[in-house]
Amino acid sequence: MRDRRHPPSANSPWLDTVAAWVLALLWLLPLIYAVWTAFHPSEYSAKFTLAAPLTLENFRRAWEAAPFARYFLNTTLLVALILGSQLVLCTLAAYAFVRFEFRGKNVVFALVLVQLMIMPDVLLVENYRTMSRLGLIDTLFGIGLPYFASAFAIFLLRQTFKGIPKELVEAATMEGASTLQILRHVYVPLAKPVYVAFALVSVSYHWNNFLWPLVVTNSVESRPLTVGLQVFSAADQGIDWSIITAATLLTAAPLLIAFLLFQRQFVQSFMRAGIK
Amino acid sequence: MKHKLAVATATLAMLFGAGTVPAQTTDVSFYFPVAVGGPITKIIDQFATEFNKENPAIKVSPIYAGSYQDTIVKALTANKAGTPPVASVLLSTDTFTLIDEDAIVPIDTFVKTPEDRAWLGGFYKAFLLNGQIGGKTWGVPFQRSTVVLYWNKELFKEAGLDPNKPPQTWAEMTAMAQKLTRKDASGKVTQYGVQIPSSGFPYWLFQGLTTENDVILANEAGTQTRYDDPRVIEALQYWVDLSKKHGVHPPGIVEWGTTPKDFMEKKVAMIWTTTGNLTNIRNNAKFDFGVAMLPANKKRGSPTGGGNFFIFKKATPAQQEAAFKFAKWLTQPARAAQWGIDTGYVAVSPAAWETPALKKYAADFPQAAVARDQLQYAVAELSTHDNQRVTKALNDGLQAALTGNKTAEAAMKDAQKEAERLLRGYK
Amino acid sequence: MNARQQAHAWLLLLPAVVLLLAFTHWPALATLIDSFLSTPKPNRPSVFVGLENYAVMADDPIFWQAVRNNLWFAAVTIPFSVGTALAMALWINGKIAGRGFLRLAYFTPTVLPMIAVANIWLFFYTPDYGLLDQIGGAFGLPAHNWLGSTSTALACVMVVTIWKEAGFFMIFYLAALQGINPSLREAAAIEGASRWFFFRRVLWPLLMPTTIFVLVNAVINAFRMVDHLFVMTRGGPDNATTLLLYHLYEVGFKFWDQGYAAAITMVLLFSLATVALVQFFVLDRRAHY
Repeated sequence: MRDRRHPPSANSPWLDTVAAWVLALLWLLPLIYAVWTAFHPSEYSAKFTLAAPLTLENFRRAWEAAPFARYFLNTTLLVALILGSQLVLCTLAAYAFVRFEFRGKNVVFALVLVQLMIMPDVLLVENYRTMSRLGLIDTLFGIGLPYFASAFAIFLLRQTFKGIPKELVEAATMEGASTLQILRHVYVPLAKPVYVAFALVSVSYHWNNFLWPLVVTNSVESRPLTVGLQVFSAADQGIDWSIITAATLLTAAPLLIAFLLFQRQFVQSFMRAGIK
Repeated sequence: MKHKLAVATATLAMLFGAGTVPAQTTDVSFYFPVAVGGPITKIIDQFATEFNKENPAIKVSPIYAGSYQDTIVKALTANKAGTPPVASVLLSTDTFTLIDEDAIVPIDTFVKTPEDRAWLGGFYKAFLLNGQIGGKTWGVPFQRSTVVLYWNKELFKEAGLDPNKPPQTWAEMTAMAQKLTRKDASGKVTQYGVQIPSSGFPYWLFQGLTTENDVILANEAGTQTRYDDPRVIEALQYWVDLSKKHGVHPPGIVEWGTTPKDFMEKKVAMIWTTTGNLTNIRNNAKFDFGVAMLPANKKRGSPTGGGNFFIFKKATPAQQEAAFKFAKWLTQPARAAQWGIDTGYVAVSPAAWETPALKKYAADFPQAAVARDQLQYAVAELSTHDNQRVTKALNDGLQAALTGNKTAEAAMKDAQKEAERLLRGYK
Repeated sequence: MNARQQAHAWLLLLPAVVLLLAFTHWPALATLIDSFLSTPKPNRPSVFVGLENYAVMADDPIFWQAVRNNLWFAAVTIPFSVGTALAMALWINGKIAGRGFLRLAYFTPTVLPMIAVANIWLFFYTPDYGLLDQIGGAFGLPAHNWLGSTSTALACVMVVTIWKEAGFFMIFYLAALQGINPSLREAAAIEGASRWFFFRRVLWPLLMPTTIFVLVNAVINAFRMVDHLFVMTRGGPDNATTLLLYHLYEVGFKFWDQGYAAAITMVLLFSLATVALVQFFVLDRRAHY
């Protein structure tokens, strides 16, 4: 079982294990609290006793408060659309930065980096105007379009591609592979762990993005989950933790489950790349 | 060929029910500041459907936009891009902002018949105050609230107080709160007497105190504040002393969002918060509680709060007329009464409180009528030009005093100086 | 470097660059222009005011407080989140008990939506019956109003940020570590190198491109992560937790002061760009690939 083989590490002393576990529990606290509160009646949201009765009532209330089924569909389509476009566009761009010398390369790259620093909220009014001109208000495509070219992805992939040994590329060139073939058969397979990492990050980000989707959409048909989640954080009535945590679990569940299922895949893709 | 096409089109139109719609419908997009989903969206959806059925030439489509802040961001962003909604419910205190952005038209533009005038005159005066600027009425009261005091009758009994007598004056509130504050053996406070939330928008609750101390925070033209008036400083000192001197109020900034929970957890015996919390507390409190007007000092008083109905300038005249019609329809007594019962907001006209439905509700649940009775003492919510910034100057000052970083006097003098600087350009 | 290659490069870049220009640089340029104009009002259309918006900024005490807060915020959150991320990745990459569980635990903050998570943290910090005070109370500590006092509020916000970010950065370190040839460690083990030596001399240089990437992002995030402020403190008490971007949001979307907001945006953008680009180009040159 090659896939099971871990890279041999200096055998972790017990101190590391304890520290790692303490940190993990700290990191999980909010999730643990969310699970506790979501499954118990609201009077137990601040009292932790084993005698607390279990209930699914909070989930029922959360589910009924907004058309979540539709929102799930919209969000899934949206993140798939964004991720797909990002992977293609940013791979091509990163490849250009690594493979070619061309005039203005550093300037263009600096321009790309600048996007990392611009907060999307700042551009709200201008981008709304653009979407409105393009007739894309209240569409999933309109929510996604400004994110299709991700500087973050270009930067990340450039860093990764740079680490790929020159000899492999030279060997492929000798065999007569074209520019795009080299990208497809050398760079992309070797960068697989990074693609997986980026996919996780991109999906988590867009799954949880809020302000832009709210402003640019009007109808249930195009709104994502977070806009639905907003129901529960209206401050006027104070905070009802039971329902917030239930809704949080509902909306985050697909991501958490996907991550659990994906873990194997994730680790294996890492392993394969690591062994080469 | 042409004939066939026409037939096909007609058939299609019939299939989709288009044949029943008159040639021209006026579309009215209507932003509503409610978290998307929720029970309130169902009520508004139903209102829109009913209205559209009664007025086939108009199509009102509600768009739910989240919190008040989210809604104004969305409305003004769309307005700047040239595609604002036709109508929107927004905070009444944002009236100055909306006028300064040239986003809305006065409601008076549409008031032509004596009947219309009677309708506009039928609201509680306190609710109209925030919308009346420069001799015009800019907003129709719709989703309105006010500050009241909730008290835990059980804890009153335990402390040896009459559970049916809430404090009537500041002095009484302090005295009662002292009896209601409990400490454990180590001297740690386990239950506070009273709390007034101070996170986010402390000015609103503070306005209760200032009004009771007989001072109004800003002039009607919205160009002059009185943050450093001695009576304002005195009101703030009272608030600060509740915690610093008497130890009956939690120290530091009290979170607005957790205040109802603090009350339900019996961590505090009396709270000041919005009438909009009534339904929440009624459903979740495991003890008997009362709702009272805020205690008086020099007099009684409370600010109003909540949202008005605005009509946007960039809409076509036909759309604006349609929106006006919708506003009138929404605020008819029977509908306003139902809205108040369903949501916990205060029904906006005396006529609504005369309807059998609301009369019965108030009789069964007298706590709901407290807000109405307090309206005679209510004042406009603090609102000026450059509203949110001028208000923030006050909020910062209040928080500085409550956290002990500044004295009440220094905090209010600084706030006034900042407000004067901001309002320079509007005089 | 021939013309064909140039054409290839530009073709590959074109789609991404066009989108970046349309949705980032073009609006950013519009913002730059706005920063030299007065905020338009119906009776006063916007006019050229030169550097007035910048002068207003220099006079705004809240702006300076936001700068101070933000520098503290960056100085604490960047090293802690990057260091924690590296430790997490090294642990998970090693032969530690329960790796799958640990990986999930560290990664959860990235998956949970910030609006919801901020509310949960709000509960942790709630005085008296909040989690922190319940735990403290069990040890006889007095209740503390964590978010409600100027002395602790900013620290509380930093903790949430580190919690949210570390797992995110860990992913990139992990991906990089997995790409390192395991025979290196075997060789080091044979030669009897200590763990520290191996890390210092072998892993750290190999991780350099990732570290650059993570650092640049950490710096930028230190000026971009404000979502939780909206729920937890709204910049209070008395501006103790107001960070630059939060201040910018207030000026832009609460005060609707377009000119001033544009000026803040530009200052933020230029200082970040300088820091990040210098950091990047200097480190990138030093790193060996």
